Amino acid sequence: MPALILQLSRLGFLILLWLFILAAIRVIRSDMRVAAEGRVGVTAASKRQQRRNTIPARATALPGVRPSTLVVTAGSMAGTRLRLQNGPILIGRAEDSTLVLDDDFASTRHARLIQQGDWWAVEDLGSTNGTYLDRIKITATTPVPVGVPIRIGRSVMELRP
Amino acid sequence: MTGGPGSPAGLSGNSGNGSPAGSAKANTAAPSNRRPRRRTGRGAELWLLIFAAIIVTAALMIVELNQHQALKIELVYYGGGYLAVFAIAHVVVRALAPYADPLMLPLVALLNGLGLVMIYRLDLAEAAKHANATPQAPLQLLWTAVSLVLFLVTLLVIRDHTSLQSYPYTLAFAGLIFLALPAALPRSLSEVNGAKIWIRIPGLLSVQPSEFAKITLIVFAAAFLVSKRGVLSTAGPRFLGLTLPRIRDLGPLVALLAVSLGVLVVSNDLGPALLIFGVLLAMVYLATSRVSWLIIGLLAFAGGAVLAYQFVPHLRVRVDIWLHPFADPQGASYQLVQSLFGLGTGGIFGTGLGAGRPDIVPYASTDFITAALGEELGLVGLTAIIVCFMILVGRGMRAALAARDNFGSLLAAGLSFSIGLQVFVIIGGVTGLIPLTGLTTPFVSYGGSSLLANYIILALLLRISDSSRRPPVKQPRRTGTLAQARTEILSRSAK
Repeated sequence: MPALILQLSRLGFLILLWLFILAAIRVIRSDMRVAAEGRVGVTAASKRQQRRNTIPARATALPGVRPSTLVVTAGSMAGTRLRLQNGPILIGRAEDSTLVLDDDFASTRHARLIQQGDWWAVEDLGSTNGTYLDRIKITATTPVPVGVPIRIGRSVMELRP
Repeated sequence: MTGGPGSPAGLSGNSGNGSPAGSAKANTAAPSNRRPRRRTGRGAELWLLIFAAIIVTAALMIVELNQHQALKIELVYYGGGYLAVFAIAHVVVRALAPYADPLMLPLVALLNGLGLVMIYRLDLAEAAKHANATPQAPLQLLWTAVSLVLFLVTLLVIRDHTSLQSYPYTLAFAGLIFLALPAALPRSLSEVNGAKIWIRIPGLLSVQPSEFAKITLIVFAAAFLVSKRGVLSTAGPRFLGLTLPRIRDLGPLVALLAVSLGVLVVSNDLGPALLIFGVLLAMVYLATSRVSWLIIGLLAFAGGAVLAYQFVPHLRVRVDIWLHPFADPQGASYQLVQSLFGLGTGGIFGTGLGAGRPDIVPYASTDFITAALGEELGLVGLTAIIVCFMILVGRGMRAALAARDNFGSLLAAGLSFSIGLQVFVIIGGVTGLIPLTGLTTPFVSYGGSSLLANYIILALLLRISDSSRRPPVKQPRRTGTLAQARTEILSRSAK
């Protein structure tokens, strides 16, 4: 009789051990579902972004909105938010940039965002691959309306109110 | 509610997103307009911890049953101590890293608990053999408590893992000096079982500095590689289709690696040397994603291994034991042979906890604890333990992928890879897959230094996963309407 109990406890313990692993895997699964839901939100946002890209004129529809943040929407730094403060924002791979891009297609000192009154304008600093304001390569200091994507290498960023 | 066109929040979101068409739909989809409520996973962590406590208590009871002992009051102390200690850890994580990964702490709790039970079980066997054997389980429980205090302190001090990035060289030098200290100390203060790798304070405690130096080296490597990443992945001459790296870019890292490997080889401690080399190589590869680094590193490893085989007699013995374990089963290879016999006795389902003879293997509670577990839990149980380690490493890598900064990403990857590699090296050694090198099984083996260092690693991993899973801080609400109004007023007053 005790031998039977010992045998049962031996197998029961192994079952318990694997049940723990199953429970852990269930937690991983629910965790992945949460992450996937988060991503659905992101894809909705990026779809909105694409829709926005096809209507370049739309950005001027809200001329009165003052931007307060610079948001990186694509690229390795996606999700980064930068509060716009007084003074220029230097964008590039250099360590001392305000926004340090980790992007092989960006130059060390790629572009600069400068404040002009209530507005912000982007200026290319002689980068190799150029700076694009919504599909158009900029050649001079160009005002950046709210919500219009700035493309630098593989990164995309935009101003938000 | 936020998407309602009449509500002020909806209006602000509308103008904020700047999309006149379909704004309501966009608003409900955009997470930034919702309150940042996200499941933290702390509830799941608590349940898994309770589950782990049940398993550990069951293990303890099975050991007692198999050893034909009455259920003593000591049993309650061990079980209760274990539960209390991890309940405190859970509360600490709730307070200090609320969004941290919910799986890491329960997995570590289970591994540590099974280790404690096995050490207790080996104590019983030792006590049966010699009357005056010192029990290790109470000490290990004490070390677990101390480790959890250190875990708390680490979480408390390092509120933001990027702060570690500020002093890489300081950390590296501190680690290096700590690592080299045993080599400088007299043998009476630094030698245990032929390896001169300890700092002993006689009668009080002994510390194995290589465990802690490993962490500082990983932190240094992460910070260094992040700062040099661009140069490392692009520059360099090409040769035979491989882009060779420029050695001057890696100078400090190579120098540090050479010094620490030198120290470890001189002091006969090849396990940590292998571990540090492997982890740093993996980190360089992760940082640069260049296969050429991997090939160069593996070639260097092969060269180093051949040289070590020629010049380190200790290593030659280990390799011979690995190749021909049954050539001298009563002598040099006694330990490995007993380990293999133990695993064979265990078979698929094991002998049952407390029913085997794992104490025949020398150092069963430290290096060979996986052999002891394999004997009593069998292939099925040992696999479960390895899967626990796999999930732990996988969650660490998950935190690395999700980390918002390169430093955190590289640090998490390095730390979790170090756990994975250590488990591979020691279990591979114990099962005869690779030559045996002295390493502990993280969280399971008896040993204070190893536990302390691994709990620091756990705290760092939880810190990084907390920062990556934390929902982004909401901007102070500056509504579009307000901003517009303000612009109008300003322009009017300017006129």
